[in-house]
Amino acid sequence: MTTTTVDTGRAAVKTDLPATHSAERMRRVARRWRYLSNAGAALVSAVLLFWTLAPLYNMIMVAFEHEGDVFSDHLWPPHASAESFWVVLSEGHWYLEAFWHQFGNSVFLAGMVTLLVLLIGTLTSFSISRMRIRNGWLITNAALLTYVIPGSFLAIPFYLIMHRYGLNNNPWSVIAVLVTFTTPYAIFIFQEYGRSIPLELDESARIDGASPFQIYYKIYLPLMAPALVAVGTYALLAAWNEYLYQFLLLSNDRSMTVAVALGKFLNSDVAPWNYMMATAIIYAIPPIATYYAFRRKMSSGLTMGGVKG
Amino acid sequence: MTTASAIELGRPAARQNSLWRYWRGGLQGSEFTWAVAFVVPYIAVFLAFVVYPACYGLWMGSDPALYPEVFSDPIYLNTVVNTAVFLAFGVNVKLFLALLLSGFFMRPGWWTKTLLLIFVLPWAVPALPTYISIHWMLNGEWGLVNNFLYIVFGLDGPSWLNERWLALGSAICAHVWKWTPFWTVILLAGRMSIPQEIYDAAKVDGATGLRRFLHVTFPLLANLYLVLTLLATIFLLGDFNSVYFVTGGGPANSTHLLATLGVVRDMLELGKPQLGVAAVMSALPLLIPLVIILMRKLKSSEAQL
Repeated sequence: MTTTTVDTGRAAVKTDLPATHSAERMRRVARRWRYLSNAGAALVSAVLLFWTLAPLYNMIMVAFEHEGDVFSDHLWPPHASAESFWVVLSEGHWYLEAFWHQFGNSVFLAGMVTLLVLLIGTLTSFSISRMRIRNGWLITNAALLTYVIPGSFLAIPFYLIMHRYGLNNNPWSVIAVLVTFTTPYAIFIFQEYGRSIPLELDESARIDGASPFQIYYKIYLPLMAPALVAVGTYALLAAWNEYLYQFLLLSNDRSMTVAVALGKFLNSDVAPWNYMMATAIIYAIPPIATYYAFRRKMSSGLTMGGVKG
Repeated sequence: MTTASAIELGRPAARQNSLWRYWRGGLQGSEFTWAVAFVVPYIAVFLAFVVYPACYGLWMGSDPALYPEVFSDPIYLNTVVNTAVFLAFGVNVKLFLALLLSGFFMRPGWWTKTLLLIFVLPWAVPALPTYISIHWMLNGEWGLVNNFLYIVFGLDGPSWLNERWLALGSAICAHVWKWTPFWTVILLAGRMSIPQEIYDAAKVDGATGLRRFLHVTFPLLANLYLVLTLLATIFLLGDFNSVYFVTGGGPANSTHLLATLGVVRDMLELGKPQLGVAAVMSALPLLIPLVIILMRKLKSSEAQL
């Protein structure tokens, strides 16, 4: 089709037809091209939607089913009810006896990791990039190295060490390891973001007699607020979503988090799938809400750090 | 004589002093103390939770008698093949899709913006619930995938998780599902940082469509793409969740990756953590060069991004 229009377009030029005629042809080609590209985009969109939403739909569908209906052929719940959510929230199944306690554990863990990552990250990057401590690049390199080492490679020695010191089932062992693997990202983002704050501010404060701690607390931290929000969100999500170390180190009913409890469901012989999916959805809602609430701030941090995802 | 000796005595002291100041980076007295106090927490964390476990692991894996046992284990050999397949497909499929999709999401209009919000959901949702959901979807009898195949097309789907290659393929698909949005967002940011003037100039020179991509977009993204490939490879080597939850290493321990084999089978099931450390350490010949190249790349590309 396109070739014929181009040919006639050429013919139009040769036969000295009015220029408007060939312009009309060109416009028609452009319109057809736009039409095709829109159709392609619609197709890609449909495939993407289907692909992205299928596992999430499955989660919601199973959560709204009765226990017996899970084992039947269907594409939507035969008798939809929100009963399983109620069972989870009221701890009405023996798997879920300590649900709220475990939820509290998850909140405590994520909150502590976030606080410590922000504290250690800002202190370190303040010392390296604002006070310019000698050999600060060594610390930056150590952080970079930690960032690129997969966390699971240290899982076995870490597990044995924590057992040796009797720190298993202690949330602080997990907090320590999560802080270790999240702080490097914080240090990068803070150093990167700190470049936009003029050093003259620190200088003038110092001439006025401010101590380094006052400069850190009264000048550096307030100016770093956007980066603190970005990194804080990242740390919160990373700690809430982490599984491996929580699974290895927190195994009894009182110390385990929601993530570990969910994993335990899966290992049982007859998993009550509807309660499990309801628990999974309740577990997933806080991070999703946090993510969409802070998305813009987080993605600015993400692009700031470039590839340091 | 006395004056000369005073000078002689004074010199080394002065030099020592300047060396000391040089080492402190020009920081004075209490400021230096503050600067050190500020970095001590991170150094402590690094020594206690990275250096100590790493050395402990190396010490555990340093027994040469372990390796014949590891290398003669057929499950270990399967695991190495699985890890290689997982790396080859997982990394390349998700990054190539991310490269294409980041172009798609550059389209103007409200629809692509809304679609992007939905598209990042797999990344925003924690890995655990979605992998469990995928595990159940792939159930041969009651899973959504086979229900869909049966009700819509009248086909009896295979039981996805009961055959090694189907199960491994499922785990790779789950991983691609989960992680493509993340890399797409990063590549999208990379594409957005390409100045429009370059495209305008290319348009004047007649480069459109595929040629614009090949001669303008890709050369400018190539460095980023390479760094992302390295990073994705390293992250994938350490990935535990996608195989652990989707296939559980089964059937019959045939779909383990090095990370899950070491932790789940060797340490927790067999109670032989040294074997697990040895299995994980056998990835070091691949990991160490990757880490070195990546650290160099990250440092040099820091300014560009």
